[in-house]
Amino acid sequence: MSIQADIEKKLASGINLLHMDVINESSNHNVPAGSESHFKVVLVSNGFEGQGLVARHRRINKLLADELANKIHALALHTYTEAEWRERGGGAPPMSPPCLGGG
Amino acid sequence: MDVLERIRQQVEENSVVLYMKGTPSLPQCGFSSRTAEALKACEQEFTYINVLADTEIFENLPRYADWPTFPQLYISGELVGGCDITLELFQRGELKKMVADAVSKASSTA
Repeated sequence: MSIQADIEKKLASGINLLHMDVINESSNHNVPAGSESHFKVVLVSNGFEGQGLVARHRRINKLLADELANKIHALALHTYTEAEWRERGGGAPPMSPPCLGGG
Repeated sequence: MDVLERIRQQVEENSVVLYMKGTPSLPQCGFSSRTAEALKACEQEFTYINVLADTEIFENLPRYADWPTFPQLYISGELVGGCDITLELFQRGELKKMVADAVSKASSTA
């Protein structure tokens, strides 16, 4: 399984998500083509309600502890509750559940 | 001195401490660079520690505050977060106030 698919699977099973984007940004960095070293993750979950940003990031860092320690070089995190996401985007958030590769 | 004790002293004796890869004028990582730029824009002195120049801190800082990545920003001894959190606070206009408050608090008790 690719690192990206692994990250998606771990996040989707660890947090009740309304929306997830896992973006491989490695091509912006000085690494070989096809690398999986730098990722950006955007998550929307009402499970973040009442949690500060540090608590949200810690939770994600724990889910991805193995990736952070051994597999990837960088992880950018953007976490929102549904209300924060609406406020930020001005429009309905993408509400479809994340594709888990099951077709 | 134990490394965790050394880190504790650094973050408690300085109001604003940025652990980063490289230095503010010569950052060695995009995330560290952006965090240092946000701090510079707060127009207060801050302490920085180049984790690439101190292997012991590089290896042990992640367990100090249970935070696995660099950079790490501390204000008044507390972990504020990494690059994304720092930039979000900066964009919301909160970072400048947090930094200014910490610096003025430290100078009034000094």
